[in-house]
Amino acid sequence: MIAPAMALRGVTKRFGSVIALRDVDIEVRPGEVHCLLGDNGAGKSTLIKILSGVFRPTAGEILIDGGPVVFRNPRDAQERGIATVFQDLGMIPLMSISRNFFLGREPLKGIFPFRRFDKDQANTVARAAMADIGIDVRDPTQAVGTLSGGERQSVAIARAIHFGAKVLILDEPTSALGVHQAAMVLKFVIEARLRGLAVIFISHNIHHAYPVGDVFTLLNRGQNQGTYRKSEISREEVMQIMSGGEDLRSLEAEIEGLLSAIAEKESTQPAATA
Amino acid sequence: MAGTDSVAISSKRHGATDERIARTGWLTRLLRRPEAGAASGLIATIVIFALLPGAGALYSLQGSMTFLTLSAELGIIATAAALLIIAGEFDLSVGSMIGFAGIVIGLTVRYLDFPLWGGILSAFATAVVVGYFNGLIVVRTRLPSFIVTLASLFILRGLSIAVTRAVTGRTQIPYILDEIPDPGTAKLFNGEVFTGFFHWMGEMGWIATRSDGTPLVGGVPMSIVWWIGVTAVASYILTQTRFGNWIYASGGDADVARNVGVPVSRVKIILFIGTACAATLLATIQVTEAGSADTLRGLLKEFEAIIAAVIGGVLLTGGYGTVIGAMFGALIFGLVQMGIFFTGIDTDWFKVFLGIVILVAVLVNNYIRAKALGERTAR
Repeated sequence: MIAPAMALRGVTKRFGSVIALRDVDIEVRPGEVHCLLGDNGAGKSTLIKILSGVFRPTAGEILIDGGPVVFRNPRDAQERGIATVFQDLGMIPLMSISRNFFLGREPLKGIFPFRRFDKDQANTVARAAMADIGIDVRDPTQAVGTLSGGERQSVAIARAIHFGAKVLILDEPTSALGVHQAAMVLKFVIEARLRGLAVIFISHNIHHAYPVGDVFTLLNRGQNQGTYRKSEISREEVMQIMSGGEDLRSLEAEIEGLLSAIAEKESTQPAATA
Repeated sequence: MAGTDSVAISSKRHGATDERIARTGWLTRLLRRPEAGAASGLIATIVIFALLPGAGALYSLQGSMTFLTLSAELGIIATAAALLIIAGEFDLSVGSMIGFAGIVIGLTVRYLDFPLWGGILSAFATAVVVGYFNGLIVVRTRLPSFIVTLASLFILRGLSIAVTRAVTGRTQIPYILDEIPDPGTAKLFNGEVFTGFFHWMGEMGWIATRSDGTPLVGGVPMSIVWWIGVTAVASYILTQTRFGNWIYASGGDADVARNVGVPVSRVKIILFIGTACAATLLATIQVTEAGSADTLRGLLKEFEAIIAAVIGGVLLTGGYGTVIGAMFGALIFGLVQMGIFFTGIDTDWFKVFLGIVILVAVLVNNYIRAKALGERTAR
């Protein structure tokens, strides 16, 4: 098996007395989509912030290509090839696609004091980089704010791939999207995987995660509930574990009991509602 | 296609045109530019005053030069203010800095026997320090720049008055240009260019002359030259350089910008230094023109600068706008101020008009911003 591009070993994160993550181990390999699944409060957000350098773990270590690393800030993680697409997407709505694409890494031309932002180059490269993974941009000078959620997500992914990310972390990339747009984003996730990136896909939506995932790690209440390859687990089993299995069944029973009680009440007192 | 299509990303690999995207013509594109409102406002203002009585005097060479000088003086500080607002911050200390810089020039030249250039350099050095501290306090404390520079507004004005009175016993410093060793330096700020050309036009009888044959308007004042220069440099920086990209990003979303490696704090501090230096340039022009410094110079100029920028389409919340817009804003401001004077309308009405213009400008800006975003965020 290929060596992991990035790994967490025994990572714990405490906020005061709250234990957000407890002893989590995760390995992501190049050319693999690793889905992190969990319900609200499972610790997904904390985990992503540790992976991307926003938080430092209270205990445990982060390994890149087998060696331990400490991220001082998100920029530090980026420089080591960890590209994170947060839900705010790291883009500025009022700025153009190509200006956003190169923000902080602008191509320059000319000599001092006339060294300037090479806009033509930026437009051409941004358009080409996106065409490369199958996004057709007709006008890279268009403000990012005019794009739909799925399109913005795609631009962010294209940017990460273009700037040579080894590990691509996607935070709920499809959560706010409709069916069509979600499918489009999932296509780009597969595209990134084909290029040999290690993709970490965070989601609470199994229907989006299952088709593209190779490996599934299930988080619940800050703990790793197990890591499974796709061949080892079905969609239904993932759902069972994610929701805490028993809990969901008892909840269903409770709701059914409530509904039948209401129905009974209505049938005995038909005049009251008239 | 001819570049007239609007957006788009399509999910198709070699996407055909997306049927949901309307074609936009060049006119729509032009109207979507941030300074579109200001440009049309300027045209409307020019037309309105052309139809009112006094248009002849207002649009004469002399009248034009007068309102252009007003616009130029405001435009110099409005340009710097526009860059800072686009980066997401305000500087309310600009007006006080004008007074303070004038006092620095006056005191160093008159009481420390500095040559004029030495006095001007001292004023600019002071401006760099003031701007640096304004910026540093804002980025370190993350307090609103509105409050931080409001404090500077009072501190600088108070310092100007207190120090001047302590040293001279008065609140003005007259006769600054008398007996200076370098009168040529003053010409850089209070002189005129194209004097030969204007003289020739006077001789040809094309422009009005005095009885001795010299033209009433001897040339283009240096303040206008400085304004054009400052506008050109600022516009170049904003639209053509990496730093310009960072200015937009800092005002658009400082956290996002920081995360991709934009040195947001440095950008903001540099722009605070920029507004203080612009105030000092204006102070230098005013001191050399009047030959004196006054502790009350520049009163309320900070608001006029912000107003000109906003009229010019700069978004108060940052991240959007142009320097050319601020130039249009300053032109409207100067034109209206002089126009009201020439039409014989009571000049007291200027402020009423100004208030209405601000309100209209802000509404137009919001509309244009929504247009720029294809109205996706406006809903």
